[in-house]
Amino acid sequence: MSKARSRVIAGGAGQAAEAARLTAFPRETTTLGIFARLLEDERVLGSLLLLPTVVLLGLFIAYPFVKGVWLSLTSATVGNPGEFVWFGNYVKIWNDSIFQRAAANTFVYTGVATVGKLALGMWLALLLNRHFRGKRLVRASMLLPFIVPTVLSTFAWKWMFDPTFSVLNWSLYHLGFIQTRIGWLTDPTMALGSVILVNIWRGMPFYAITLLAGLQTVNPELHEAAAIDGATGWQRFWRITWPLLLPVTMVVTLFSIIQTFADFQLVYVLTGGGPANATHLFATYAYQIGINTGLLGEGAAVSLAMFPMLFLIVVIQLWYIRRVEGA
Amino acid sequence: MAGRAGSGAGMVEGSRWHKWVFFHVPLMVFVVGTLFPFYWMLVTAFRPDGELYRPWRAVNNTPFWTTQPTLEHAIYLFKQTMFATWLWNTMFIALLSTLISLFCGLLAGYALARLRFPLAGGLGTSIFVTYLVPPTLLFIPLANIIRDFRLGDTPWSLILTYPTFLIPFCTWLLMGYFKTIPKELEECARIDGATRVRAMIQIIFPIATPGILSAGIFAFTLSWNEFIYALVFLSSPQQKTVPVGVVSELIRGDVFFWGPLMAGALLGSIPVALIYSFFVEHYVAGLTGAVKG
Repeated sequence: MSKARSRVIAGGAGQAAEAARLTAFPRETTTLGIFARLLEDERVLGSLLLLPTVVLLGLFIAYPFVKGVWLSLTSATVGNPGEFVWFGNYVKIWNDSIFQRAAANTFVYTGVATVGKLALGMWLALLLNRHFRGKRLVRASMLLPFIVPTVLSTFAWKWMFDPTFSVLNWSLYHLGFIQTRIGWLTDPTMALGSVILVNIWRGMPFYAITLLAGLQTVNPELHEAAAIDGATGWQRFWRITWPLLLPVTMVVTLFSIIQTFADFQLVYVLTGGGPANATHLFATYAYQIGINTGLLGEGAAVSLAMFPMLFLIVVIQLWYIRRVEGA
Repeated sequence: MAGRAGSGAGMVEGSRWHKWVFFHVPLMVFVVGTLFPFYWMLVTAFRPDGELYRPWRAVNNTPFWTTQPTLEHAIYLFKQTMFATWLWNTMFIALLSTLISLFCGLLAGYALARLRFPLAGGLGTSIFVTYLVPPTLLFIPLANIIRDFRLGDTPWSLILTYPTFLIPFCTWLLMGYFKTIPKELEECARIDGATRVRAMIQIIFPIATPGILSAGIFAFTLSWNEFIYALVFLSSPQQKTVPVGVVSELIRGDVFFWGPLMAGALLGSIPVALIYSFFVEHYVAGLTGAVKG
């Protein structure tokens, strides 16, 4: 409707502009060339404005995706296009015990880290939502793990986990908690836990700050009314805060699950997948096979093994956003 | 904070004891836990090697500070490695990919928020979906493509691929911004005879400046952070970015040069941390906007 209206206005701009000469754009539309006239058409202009984005995303997302699917069906290695092997690579990795371990690790890593980040992030958001001196400074500094390049801060953790010079072991020993040192990253049963700890440390601020933004929209009168009615803090959280915050929480969590599921940097720096392949995730194993070993076809298959899960999350995400917007 | 109950959500009930247990102590634990790794980076960067590699049970060990701070690690970094070049590369790549993404995101965001044309809905959804594609899904075929395009081991391999995860987020953030600007503003300009393009550039874009700033700062920190593409696409030391350079040039086999490593981590973090500290509010707006779309 407004489209039709604005067309008419554009067409009759000659007379309209004559009447109101206070204009900053004197009769531009009446003296247009063919190209400029085409730009007045929403369909032409819309396509043109989207062109750069579509070209870039097509070249570096859609094309690689198709190429990746193709690669995963071939026996390609570096410098050798290989042959078409149907689902040979997928069958091979399905029976590969390291891949099975990596798949299990990825689910444990994503599950535990997500719950940890959500719980701690929510707690921190609730703390930051109170009034206290130095609040702005505290809030700003809490985001640091998220700002600082992950690889660089992960090195600080690797140094803190060092088998010989670990400051964590030093502290625990002097506090009397341990007698022998803990092999944070060298003990196969500990390593995945340590990596998860770092992931929680890095991702928690993202939850805290986005949830805090959500908390600030919750009407404080609701809490006051509930408090007068005798609700405890715990009850107020579950009956008021949590339901009101649920949409933000869902979107943040789904987004973070994707990032965690496809994580690479933390494991690459902290353990490189070791000790004895105990901490590989899909992405680090794909890197090891595809880049280090040069088996491009098999590496691409390992990467694409993430796809069904990622696809599922994206579908849930889209469905949820639609539902919230529709409501 | 001494005993005075704030208003609203900050309402605190109960005794002083209660507040210590449920507020001050947890908050302090959060602050210490979050910041300790950075403190540790700082101490290590200035600690002489002799003190760095001392057995963990040594009696005279004072791990939390140093009495003989040294600049040897930072000097090593600039004299023996190409750290300055890596910093410059990272900056250059982050700036250019941010600019490209802002340009594309502005145009695409405007088109999706304001114009009606077939495919608009479908394209909007596809752009949102690419936002959720993690780089680790595509790095192997993309490495091939980069080689086919003869972009391997050049900054352009990153300048052109980083926008794939920056554009979708810029587009969504700016789309949200454009939707809040009343249509009448644009229509007034058009009644006055401005073309659609002119109204867009001179009326709508300036109003969206805070959104552009938020998107730009967030995009800049994201590209400064990126690791796996840089790791896979770059090979020669003089082309590397800070994260990749630090990983590949300061570890020789199994030997970690912890002093220079931590100095590099510190210096490589300072530029983004500085930009962040100047624009905290914009960054937070970008962050929360990025999620809500």
